[in-house]
Amino acid sequence: MLIGHQSWKFSTRPQILSTAVVGGPFEAQGPLAEDFDILHGDLLLQQKSWEQAEQMLLHEACDKAIEKAHLTKDRIQFFLSGDLMNQIISSSFAARTLASPYLGIFGACSTSMEGLALAALLVDKQCARYVMTATASHNASAEKQYRYPTEYGSQKPPTAQWTVTAGGAAVVGAVEAAANEAVDGSVIDPIAKDEETKGRLAVTSATVGRVVDMGLTDPFNMGAAMAPAALATIEAHFRDLDVGEEHYDLVVTGDLGKVGAKILGELMVRHGIHIPDDRYADCGLLIYGDNPAVWSGGSGCGCSASVTYGHLFRELRRGRWKRILVVATGALLSPLSFQQGESIPCIAHAVAIERDGDTP
Amino acid sequence: MAQANAKKLTPIQREYQALAKAYEPSRPLLQNFIRAFVVGGAISVLGQGLEDMFIHYFGFTQKTAGNPTVAILILLAALATGLGVFDKLASFAGAGTAVPVTGFANSIVSTALEHKSEGYVLGVGGNMFKLAGSVLVFGVVAAFFIGIIRSLPGLGG
Repeated sequence: MLIGHQSWKFSTRPQILSTAVVGGPFEAQGPLAEDFDILHGDLLLQQKSWEQAEQMLLHEACDKAIEKAHLTKDRIQFFLSGDLMNQIISSSFAARTLASPYLGIFGACSTSMEGLALAALLVDKQCARYVMTATASHNASAEKQYRYPTEYGSQKPPTAQWTVTAGGAAVVGAVEAAANEAVDGSVIDPIAKDEETKGRLAVTSATVGRVVDMGLTDPFNMGAAMAPAALATIEAHFRDLDVGEEHYDLVVTGDLGKVGAKILGELMVRHGIHIPDDRYADCGLLIYGDNPAVWSGGSGCGCSASVTYGHLFRELRRGRWKRILVVATGALLSPLSFQQGESIPCIAHAVAIERDGDTP
Repeated sequence: MAQANAKKLTPIQREYQALAKAYEPSRPLLQNFIRAFVVGGAISVLGQGLEDMFIHYFGFTQKTAGNPTVAILILLAALATGLGVFDKLASFAGAGTAVPVTGFANSIVSTALEHKSEGYVLGVGGNMFKLAGSVLVFGVVAAFFIGIIRSLPGLGG
Protein backbone atom coordinates (compact mmCIF):
# COMPACT_ATOMS: atom_id res chain seq x y z
CA MET A 1 0.00 0.00 0.00
CA LEU A 2 1.32 3.40 -0.93
CA ILE A 3 1.86 5.53 2.10
CA GLY A 4 2.92 9.14 1.80
CA HIS A 5 4.76 10.06 -1.37
CA GLN A 6 7.27 7.32 -1.95
CA SER A 7 6.84 4.56 0.62
CA TRP A 8 5.11 1.21 0.78
CA LYS A 9 3.60 -0.34 3.88
CA PHE A 10 3.35 -4.13 3.73
CA SER A 11 0.23 -5.04 5.69
CA THR A 12 0.58 -8.82 5.22
CA ARG A 13 4.08 -8.68 6.76
CA PRO A 14 6.07 -10.65 4.16
CA GLN A 15 8.51 -12.96 5.96
CA ILE A 16 12.21 -13.31 5.43
CA LEU A 17 12.33 -17.10 5.17
CA SER A 18 16.08 -17.31 4.91
CA THR A 19 19.20 -15.37 4.06
CA ALA A 20 22.66 -16.50 3.03
CA VAL A 21 25.95 -14.66 2.66
CA VAL A 22 29.20 -15.70 1.00
CA GLY A 23 32.48 -13.84 1.41
CA GLY A 24 36.06 -13.72 0.18
CA PRO A 25 39.41 -14.09 1.98
CA PHE A 26 39.65 -10.48 3.13
CA GLU A 27 36.14 -10.56 4.60
CA ALA A 28 37.12 -13.77 6.39
CA GLN A 29 39.67 -11.75 8.37
CA GLY A 30 37.16 -9.07 9.28
CA PRO A 31 35.19 -8.76 12.52
CA LEU A 32 32.00 -10.15 10.92
CA ALA A 33 33.58 -13.37 9.62
CA GLU A 34 31.33 -15.52 11.82
CA ASP A 35 28.20 -14.12 10.21
CA PHE A 36 29.05 -15.56 6.78
CA ASP A 37 27.61 -18.91 5.65
CA ILE A 38 30.49 -19.62 3.29
CA LEU A 39 33.95 -18.03 3.25
CA HIS A 40 36.48 -18.51 0.49
CA GLY A 41 40.25 -18.54 0.94
CA ASP A 42 40.85 -18.04 -2.77
CA LEU A 43 39.99 -14.63 -4.22
CA LEU A 44 39.33 -16.29 -7.59
CA LEU A 45 37.04 -18.92 -6.02
CA GLN A 46 38.75 -21.50 -8.27
CA GLN A 47 37.34 -19.73 -11.32
CA LYS A 48 39.10 -18.49 -14.45
CA SER A 49 38.28 -14.79 -14.16
CA TRP A 50 37.24 -12.18 -11.61
CA GLU A 51 33.87 -11.93 -13.33
CA GLN A 52 33.27 -15.64 -12.96
CA ALA A 53 34.31 -15.41 -9.32
CA GLU A 54 31.65 -12.77 -8.76
CA GLN A 55 29.03 -14.94 -10.44
CA MET A 56 30.09 -17.76 -8.16
CA LEU A 57 29.53 -15.61 -5.07
CA LEU A 58 26.00 -14.85 -6.22
CA HIS A 59 25.40 -18.42 -7.17
CA GLU A 60 26.48 -19.88 -3.86
CA ALA A 61 24.52 -17.29 -1.90
CA CYS A 62 21.35 -18.20 -3.85
CA ASP A 63 21.83 -21.94 -3.46
CA LYS A 64 22.47 -21.60 0.24
CA ALA A 65 19.46 -19.33 0.79
CA ILE A 66 17.16 -21.78 -0.99
CA GLU A 67 18.60 -24.64 1.03
CA LYS A 68 18.16 -22.79 4.31
CA ALA A 69 14.53 -22.00 3.42
CA HIS A 70 13.95 -25.73 2.82
CA LEU A 71 12.77 -24.95 -0.67
CA THR A 72 13.83 -26.12 -4.10
CA LYS A 73 14.87 -23.95 -7.03
CA ASP A 74 11.64 -24.53 -8.93
CA ARG A 75 9.59 -23.13 -6.06
CA ILE A 76 11.24 -19.70 -6.33
CA GLN A 77 8.68 -17.86 -8.41
CA PHE A 78 10.64 -14.72 -9.10
CA PHE A 79 14.30 -13.91 -8.82
CA LEU A 80 15.35 -10.28 -8.48
CA SER A 81 19.02 -9.59 -8.74
CA GLY A 82 21.56 -6.94 -9.68
CA ASP A 83 25.28 -6.22 -9.43
CA LEU A 84 27.94 -3.75 -10.50
CA MET A 85 29.18 -5.41 -13.67
CA ASN A 86 28.34 -3.94 -17.06
CA GLN A 87 24.93 -5.25 -18.19
CA ILE A 88 24.59 -6.92 -14.75
CA ILE A 89 26.13 -10.11 -16.11
CA SER A 90 26.72 -11.72 -12.72
CA SER A 91 23.00 -11.66 -11.98
CA SER A 92 21.85 -12.73 -15.41
CA PHE A 93 24.33 -15.60 -15.47
CA ALA A 94 23.23 -16.75 -12.03
CA ALA A 95 19.61 -16.53 -13.24
CA ARG A 96 20.51 -18.71 -16.21
CA THR A 97 21.37 -21.59 -13.92
CA LEU A 98 18.56 -20.90 -11.50
CA ALA A 99 15.94 -20.95 -14.28
CA SER A 100 13.40 -18.95 -12.24
CA PRO A 101 11.53 -16.04 -13.84
CA TYR A 102 14.03 -13.24 -13.45
CA LEU A 103 13.98 -9.48 -13.19
CA GLY A 104 17.36 -7.78 -13.41
CA ILE A 105 17.68 -4.64 -11.32
CA PHE A 106 20.37 -2.02 -10.95
CA GLY A 107 20.86 0.37 -8.07
CA ALA A 108 24.64 0.15 -7.76
CA CYS A 109 25.41 -0.49 -4.08
CA SER A 110 21.75 0.11 -3.14
CA THR A 111 20.69 -2.99 -5.11
CA SER A 112 20.30 -5.12 -1.98
CA MET A 113 17.47 -3.04 -0.53
CA GLU A 114 15.98 -2.27 -3.95
CA GLY A 115 15.62 -6.01 -4.42
CA LEU A 116 14.30 -6.66 -0.92
CA ALA A 117 11.71 -3.88 -1.22
CA LEU A 118 10.46 -5.24 -4.56
CA ALA A 119 10.47 -8.82 -3.31
CA ALA A 120 8.39 -7.83 -0.29
CA LEU A 121 6.02 -5.89 -2.55
CA LEU A 122 5.47 -8.89 -4.83
CA VAL A 123 4.74 -11.13 -1.87
CA ASP A 124 2.58 -8.55 -0.13
CA LYS A 125 0.43 -8.03 -3.23
CA GLN A 126 0.08 -11.81 -3.62
CA CYS A 127 1.94 -11.75 -6.91
CA ALA A 128 4.16 -14.51 -5.59
CA ARG A 129 4.57 -16.88 -2.67
CA TYR A 130 8.33 -17.10 -2.76
CA VAL A 131 10.65 -14.47 -4.16
CA MET A 132 14.41 -14.53 -3.94
CA THR A 133 16.53 -11.41 -4.15
CA ALA A 134 20.30 -11.38 -4.36
CA THR A 135 23.31 -9.27 -5.17
CA ALA A 136 27.08 -9.59 -5.13
CA SER A 137 30.25 -7.61 -5.70
CA HIS A 138 33.87 -8.64 -6.08
CA ASN A 139 36.77 -6.39 -5.21
CA ALA A 140 38.90 -7.32 -8.22
CA SER A 141 36.12 -7.24 -10.82
CA ALA A 142 34.97 -3.83 -9.57
CA GLU A 143 38.54 -2.49 -9.56
CA LYS A 144 38.99 -3.79 -13.09
CA GLN A 145 35.82 -2.17 -14.38
CA TYR A 146 35.79 1.09 -12.44
CA ARG A 147 39.43 1.76 -11.59
CA TYR A 148 42.74 0.04 -12.31
CA PRO A 149 43.94 -3.55 -12.79
CA THR A 150 44.34 -5.54 -9.57
CA GLU A 151 48.14 -5.62 -9.73
CA TYR A 152 48.51 -1.98 -10.74
CA GLY A 153 50.24 -0.01 -8.03
CA SER A 154 48.52 3.20 -7.08
CA GLN A 155 48.09 5.21 -3.94
CA LYS A 156 44.52 5.99 -2.96
CA PRO A 157 43.29 9.00 -1.00
CA PRO A 158 41.90 8.47 2.53
CA THR A 159 38.36 9.03 1.19
CA ALA A 160 38.54 5.92 -1.04
CA GLN A 161 36.61 2.77 -0.15
CA TRP A 162 37.31 -0.93 -0.49
CA THR A 163 34.85 -2.89 -2.64
CA VAL A 164 33.59 -5.85 -0.63
CA THR A 165 33.97 -9.36 -2.05
CA ALA A 166 30.69 -10.90 -1.01
CA GLY A 167 27.32 -12.08 -2.16
CA GLY A 168 24.04 -12.08 -0.28
CA ALA A 169 20.64 -13.59 -0.98
CA ALA A 170 17.28 -13.53 0.79
CA VAL A 171 14.14 -15.56 0.26
CA VAL A 172 10.95 -13.67 1.02
CA GLY A 173 7.65 -15.50 1.40
CA ALA A 174 4.09 -14.96 2.54
CA VAL A 175 3.20 -15.99 6.10
CA GLU A 176 0.11 -17.95 5.07
CA ALA A 177 1.88 -19.63 2.13
CA ALA A 178 4.35 -21.21 4.49
CA ALA A 179 1.67 -22.15 7.03
CA ASN A 180 -0.78 -23.62 4.49
CA GLU A 181 1.76 -25.87 2.98
CA ALA A 182 2.78 -27.13 6.35
CA VAL A 183 -0.83 -28.25 6.96
CA ASP A 184 -1.18 -30.30 3.79
CA GLY A 185 2.21 -31.79 4.45
CA SER A 186 3.77 -31.00 1.09
CA VAL A 187 6.44 -28.93 2.67
CA ILE A 188 7.48 -28.26 6.23
CA ASP A 189 7.24 -24.77 7.58
CA PRO A 190 10.48 -23.33 6.41
CA ILE A 191 10.78 -20.91 9.28
CA ALA A 192 10.10 -22.98 12.35
CA LYS A 193 12.41 -25.90 11.63
CA ASP A 194 15.67 -24.15 11.19
CA GLU A 195 17.37 -23.35 14.46
CA GLU A 196 19.23 -20.47 12.93
CA THR A 197 16.15 -18.84 11.46
CA LYS A 198 14.12 -19.16 14.62
CA GLY A 199 13.06 -15.55 15.07
CA ARG A 200 10.62 -14.54 12.37
CA LEU A 201 11.64 -11.45 10.48
CA ALA A 202 9.04 -9.45 8.61
CA VAL A 203 9.52 -6.71 6.06
CA THR A 204 7.14 -4.02 7.23
CA SER A 205 7.75 -1.03 4.98
CA ALA A 206 10.04 0.39 2.35
CA THR A 207 10.89 3.79 0.96
CA VAL A 208 12.06 4.15 -2.62
CA GLY A 209 14.68 6.86 -2.93
CA ARG A 210 15.00 9.69 -5.39
CA VAL A 211 18.20 10.34 -7.30
CA VAL A 212 20.15 13.09 -5.54
CA ASP A 213 23.10 14.77 -7.21
CA MET A 214 25.02 17.38 -5.30
CA GLY A 215 27.47 17.94 -8.13
CA LEU A 216 30.37 16.00 -6.61
CA THR A 217 32.70 14.50 -9.19
CA ASP A 218 35.37 12.62 -7.23
CA PRO A 219 34.92 8.85 -7.72
CA PHE A 220 37.35 8.32 -4.82
CA ASN A 221 34.98 10.07 -2.44
CA MET A 222 31.65 8.32 -2.89
CA GLY A 223 30.70 8.55 0.77
CA ALA A 224 30.38 12.32 0.47
CA ALA A 225 28.46 11.97 -2.80
CA MET A 226 25.98 9.46 -1.33
CA ALA A 227 25.33 11.03 2.09
CA PRO A 228 22.68 13.51 0.82
CA ALA A 229 20.81 10.67 -0.91
CA ALA A 230 20.75 8.73 2.36
CA LEU A 231 19.46 11.80 4.18
CA ALA A 232 16.71 12.37 1.59
CA THR A 233 15.49 8.78 1.92
CA ILE A 234 15.65 8.74 5.73
CA GLU A 235 13.73 12.02 5.85
CA ALA A 236 11.15 10.75 3.37
CA HIS A 237 10.73 7.50 5.30
CA PHE A 238 10.06 9.19 8.64
CA ARG A 239 7.70 11.66 6.95
CA ASP A 240 5.74 9.06 4.91
CA LEU A 241 5.43 6.54 7.72
CA ASP A 242 4.81 9.30 10.24
CA VAL A 243 7.14 7.78 12.82
CA GLY A 244 9.85 9.37 14.94
CA GLU A 245 13.54 8.57 15.17
CA GLU A 246 12.88 6.45 18.26
CA HIS A 247 10.75 4.01 16.23
CA TYR A 248 13.84 2.10 15.09
CA ASP A 249 16.37 0.51 17.37
CA LEU A 250 18.95 0.88 14.63
CA VAL A 251 19.20 2.91 11.45
CA VAL A 252 21.95 1.52 9.26
CA THR A 253 23.28 2.96 6.02
CA GLY A 254 24.80 0.92 3.21
CA ASP A 255 28.31 2.06 2.46
CA LEU A 256 28.94 5.66 3.40
CA GLY A 257 32.21 4.84 5.10
CA LYS A 258 33.89 7.04 7.71
CA VAL A 259 33.69 10.19 5.60
CA GLY A 260 30.10 9.77 4.43
CA ALA A 261 28.79 8.67 7.83
CA LYS A 262 30.25 11.78 9.49
CA ILE A 263 28.69 14.02 6.85
CA LEU A 264 25.32 12.27 7.22
CA GLY A 265 25.50 12.81 10.98
CA GLU A 266 25.99 16.52 10.43
CA LEU A 267 23.25 16.69 7.78
CA MET A 268 20.75 14.89 10.04
CA VAL A 269 21.39 17.36 12.85
CA ARG A 270 20.88 20.26 10.43
CA HIS A 271 17.60 18.73 9.24
CA GLY A 272 16.33 18.08 12.73
CA ILE A 273 16.68 14.29 12.72
CA HIS A 274 18.27 13.17 15.94
CA ILE A 275 19.53 9.59 15.88
CA PRO A 276 21.93 8.90 18.75
CA ASP A 277 25.32 7.40 17.86
CA ASP A 278 24.52 4.04 19.42
CA ARG A 279 21.46 3.69 17.19
CA TYR A 280 23.21 4.45 13.95
CA ALA A 281 25.61 2.21 12.03
CA ASP A 282 27.07 1.92 8.56
CA CYS A 283 27.63 -1.45 6.84
CA GLY A 284 30.83 -0.09 5.26
CA LEU A 285 32.23 0.53 8.74
CA LEU A 286 30.94 -2.68 10.32
CA ILE A 287 32.37 -5.13 7.81
CA TYR A 288 36.07 -4.37 8.27
CA GLY A 289 36.06 -2.64 11.64
CA ASP A 290 38.85 -0.13 12.02
CA ASN A 291 41.21 -1.60 9.42
CA PRO A 292 43.20 1.31 7.92
CA ALA A 293 43.86 -0.75 4.77
CA VAL A 294 40.32 -0.06 3.55
CA TRP A 295 40.69 3.75 3.88
CA SER A 296 37.19 5.14 4.51
CA GLY A 297 35.44 1.74 4.72
CA GLY A 298 33.79 -0.96 2.63
CA SER A 299 31.54 -0.43 -0.39
CA GLY A 300 29.91 -2.35 -3.21
CA CYS A 301 26.66 -4.27 -3.65
CA GLY A 302 27.98 -7.04 -1.44
CA CYS A 303 28.66 -4.65 1.44
CA SER A 304 25.10 -3.81 2.50
CA ALA A 305 23.88 -7.24 1.35
CA SER A 306 26.35 -9.29 3.39
CA VAL A 307 26.21 -7.13 6.51
CA THR A 308 22.40 -6.89 6.49
CA TYR A 309 21.61 -10.48 5.52
CA GLY A 310 24.38 -11.84 7.70
CA HIS A 311 25.29 -9.83 10.76
CA LEU A 312 22.26 -7.54 11.20
CA PHE A 313 19.58 -10.18 10.64
CA ARG A 314 21.34 -12.58 12.95
CA GLU A 315 21.49 -10.01 15.74
CA LEU A 316 17.89 -9.07 15.04
CA ARG A 317 16.80 -12.70 15.38
CA ARG A 318 18.78 -13.04 18.58
CA GLY A 319 16.76 -10.21 20.01
CA ARG A 320 19.37 -7.47 20.17
CA TRP A 321 16.96 -5.17 18.35
CA LYS A 322 13.26 -5.26 17.53
CA ARG A 323 13.12 -3.01 14.47
CA ILE A 324 15.79 -1.83 12.11
CA LEU A 325 15.83 0.45 9.08
CA VAL A 326 18.37 -0.41 6.42
CA VAL A 327 19.18 2.44 4.05
CA ALA A 328 21.32 1.05 1.24
CA THR A 329 23.14 3.77 -0.67
CA GLY A 330 24.31 3.65 -4.27
CA ALA A 331 26.47 5.85 -6.49
CA LEU A 332 25.05 5.63 -10.00
CA LEU A 333 28.18 6.50 -11.92
CA SER A 334 30.02 4.68 -14.66
CA PRO A 335 33.73 4.90 -15.54
CA LEU A 336 32.65 6.64 -18.74
CA SER A 337 30.45 9.24 -17.07
CA PHE A 338 33.12 10.43 -14.65
CA GLN A 339 35.79 10.58 -17.35
CA GLN A 340 33.43 12.81 -19.32
CA GLY A 341 33.25 15.11 -16.33
CA GLU A 342 29.73 14.24 -15.20
CA SER A 343 28.88 14.49 -11.52
CA ILE A 344 27.85 11.45 -9.48
CA PRO A 345 24.09 10.86 -9.14
CA CYS A 346 23.27 8.91 -5.99
CA ILE A 347 20.33 7.01 -4.58
CA ALA A 348 19.28 5.30 -1.36
CA HIS A 349 16.50 2.81 -0.69
CA ALA A 350 15.22 2.10 2.80
CA VAL A 351 13.62 -1.11 4.05
CA ALA A 352 12.25 -1.61 7.55
CA ILE A 353 12.59 -5.07 9.09
CA GLU A 354 10.92 -6.17 12.30
CA ARG A 355 11.20 -9.25 14.47
CA ASP A 356 7.80 -10.88 14.93
CA GLY A 357 7.24 -12.19 18.45
CA ASP A 358 9.92 -14.54 19.71
CA THR A 359 10.09 -18.21 18.86
CA PRO A 360 7.21 -19.14 16.58
CA MET B 1 36.03 24.68 -16.91
CA ALA B 2 35.84 24.54 -13.14
CA GLN B 3 34.27 27.97 -13.11
CA ALA B 4 31.69 27.02 -15.74
CA ASN B 5 30.72 24.06 -13.54
CA ALA B 6 30.62 26.19 -10.42
CA LYS B 7 28.17 28.54 -12.11
CA LYS B 8 25.78 25.71 -12.93
CA LEU B 9 25.62 24.55 -9.31
CA THR B 10 22.62 25.56 -7.26
CA PRO B 11 23.17 27.35 -3.93
CA ILE B 12 22.25 24.13 -2.10
CA GLN B 13 24.81 22.15 -4.07
CA ARG B 14 27.46 24.77 -3.38
CA GLU B 15 26.64 24.80 0.31
CA TYR B 16 26.81 21.02 0.47
CA GLN B 17 30.10 20.87 -1.39
CA ALA B 18 31.61 23.27 1.11
CA LEU B 19 30.36 21.03 3.94
CA ALA B 20 31.68 17.88 2.25
CA LYS B 21 35.05 19.55 1.69
CA ALA B 22 35.28 20.31 5.41
CA TYR B 23 34.78 16.63 6.22
CA GLU B 24 37.24 15.35 3.64
CA PRO B 25 40.36 14.07 5.38
CA SER B 26 43.44 15.57 3.74
CA ARG B 27 45.97 13.36 2.07
CA PRO B 28 49.01 12.72 4.29
CA LEU B 29 51.26 14.75 1.98
CA LEU B 30 54.42 14.93 4.09
CA GLN B 31 54.27 11.20 4.79
CA ASN B 32 53.70 10.51 1.07
CA PHE B 33 56.64 12.74 0.11
CA ILE B 34 58.99 11.01 2.53
CA ARG B 35 57.92 7.53 1.43
CA ALA B 36 58.22 8.45 -2.25
CA PHE B 37 61.66 9.97 -1.63
CA VAL B 38 62.96 6.94 0.24
CA VAL B 39 61.59 4.24 -2.08
CA GLY B 40 62.15 6.21 -5.30
CA GLY B 41 65.67 7.01 -4.09
CA ALA B 42 66.35 3.37 -3.28
CA ILE B 43 65.24 2.34 -6.78
CA SER B 44 67.54 5.00 -8.26
CA VAL B 45 70.45 3.82 -6.11
CA LEU B 46 69.80 0.27 -7.30
CA GLY B 47 69.79 1.53 -10.91
CA GLN B 48 73.05 3.39 -10.36
CA GLY B 49 74.59 0.28 -8.82
CA LEU B 50 73.52 -1.80 -11.82
CA GLU B 51 74.91 0.77 -14.22
CA ASP B 52 78.27 0.86 -12.41
CA MET B 53 78.31 -2.94 -12.48
CA PHE B 54 77.79 -3.01 -16.25
CA ILE B 55 80.51 -0.40 -16.73
CA HIS B 56 83.10 -1.99 -14.43
CA TYR B 57 82.57 -5.70 -15.00
CA PHE B 58 80.96 -6.05 -18.46
CA GLY B 59 82.83 -3.44 -20.46
CA PHE B 60 79.91 -1.13 -21.18
CA THR B 61 80.49 2.59 -21.55
CA GLN B 62 78.68 5.35 -19.68
CA LYS B 63 76.42 5.73 -22.72
CA THR B 64 75.63 2.09 -23.46
CA ALA B 65 75.18 0.92 -19.84
CA GLY B 66 71.76 2.63 -19.65
CA ASN B 67 69.92 0.05 -21.75
CA PRO B 68 70.77 -3.14 -19.80
CA THR B 69 70.19 -1.26 -16.52
CA VAL B 70 66.68 -0.20 -17.56
CA ALA B 71 66.01 -3.71 -18.85
CA ILE B 72 66.85 -5.21 -15.45
CA LEU B 73 64.69 -2.69 -13.58
CA ILE B 74 61.80 -3.43 -15.94
CA LEU B 75 62.32 -7.15 -15.45
CA LEU B 76 62.30 -6.77 -11.67
CA ALA B 77 59.17 -4.61 -11.73
CA ALA B 78 57.40 -7.04 -14.06
CA LEU B 79 58.36 -9.95 -11.84
CA ALA B 80 57.18 -8.13 -8.72
CA THR B 81 53.89 -7.33 -10.46
CA GLY B 82 53.36 -10.94 -11.46
CA LEU B 83 54.14 -12.13 -7.95
CA GLY B 84 51.58 -9.69 -6.59
CA VAL B 85 53.93 -7.62 -4.42
CA PHE B 86 54.35 -4.54 -6.61
CA ASP B 87 50.88 -3.10 -5.93
CA LYS B 88 51.47 -3.39 -2.20
CA LEU B 89 54.82 -1.63 -2.42
CA ALA B 90 53.32 1.03 -4.71
CA SER B 91 50.40 1.78 -2.43
CA PHE B 92 53.03 2.49 0.23
CA ALA B 93 55.49 4.39 -1.97
CA GLY B 94 53.15 6.22 -4.39
CA ALA B 95 55.22 8.33 -6.78
CA GLY B 96 58.35 6.59 -5.51
CA THR B 97 57.56 3.54 -7.65
CA ALA B 98 55.34 5.24 -10.24
CA VAL B 99 57.82 7.80 -11.56
CA PRO B 100 60.84 5.51 -12.27
CA VAL B 101 60.66 3.06 -15.16
CA THR B 102 59.27 0.52 -12.67
CA GLY B 103 55.87 2.27 -12.70
CA PHE B 104 55.74 2.10 -16.48
CA ALA B 105 56.56 -1.61 -16.47
CA ASN B 106 53.93 -2.25 -13.79
CA SER B 107 51.22 -0.42 -15.74
CA ILE B 108 51.82 -2.65 -18.77
CA VAL B 109 52.22 -5.97 -16.96
CA SER B 110 49.25 -5.42 -14.64
CA THR B 111 46.89 -4.61 -17.53
CA ALA B 112 48.15 -7.57 -19.52
CA LEU B 113 47.53 -9.88 -16.54
CA GLU B 114 44.12 -8.37 -15.87
CA HIS B 115 42.84 -8.78 -19.41
CA LYS B 116 44.29 -12.22 -20.09
CA SER B 117 40.81 -13.64 -19.45
CA GLU B 118 39.59 -11.93 -22.63
CA GLY B 119 42.15 -13.79 -24.77
CA TYR B 120 45.62 -12.96 -26.08
CA VAL B 121 44.65 -10.79 -29.06
CA LEU B 122 41.71 -8.71 -27.85
CA GLY B 123 42.55 -9.04 -24.16
CA VAL B 124 46.31 -8.88 -23.64
CA GLY B 125 47.26 -7.25 -26.94
CA GLY B 126 44.40 -4.82 -27.03
CA ASN B 127 44.64 -3.67 -23.44
CA MET B 128 48.24 -3.78 -22.29
CA PHE B 129 48.90 -0.19 -23.32
CA LYS B 130 45.62 1.04 -21.88
CA LEU B 131 47.41 2.88 -19.05
CA ALA B 132 50.87 3.18 -20.59
CA GLY B 133 49.55 4.36 -23.97
CA SER B 134 49.09 7.95 -22.94
CA VAL B 135 52.63 8.04 -21.50
CA LEU B 136 53.94 6.89 -24.89
CA VAL B 137 51.79 9.28 -26.91
CA PHE B 138 52.63 12.35 -24.90
CA GLY B 139 56.24 11.26 -24.44
CA VAL B 140 56.69 11.02 -28.21
CA VAL B 141 54.87 14.31 -28.81
CA ALA B 142 56.98 16.08 -26.19
CA ALA B 143 60.19 14.55 -27.61
CA PHE B 144 59.17 15.77 -31.08
CA PHE B 145 58.82 19.36 -29.97
CA ILE B 146 61.94 19.29 -27.81
CA GLY B 147 63.76 17.87 -30.84
CA ILE B 148 62.60 20.78 -32.99
CA ILE B 149 63.61 23.30 -30.35
CA ARG B 150 67.03 21.70 -30.05
CA SER B 151 67.59 21.81 -33.81
CA LEU B 152 66.90 25.54 -33.97
CA PRO B 153 70.07 27.44 -34.88
CA GLY B 154 71.89 28.84 -31.91
CA LEU B 155 70.40 26.30 -29.48
CA GLY B 156 72.04 23.06 -28.42
CA GLY B 157 73.13 20.72 -31.28
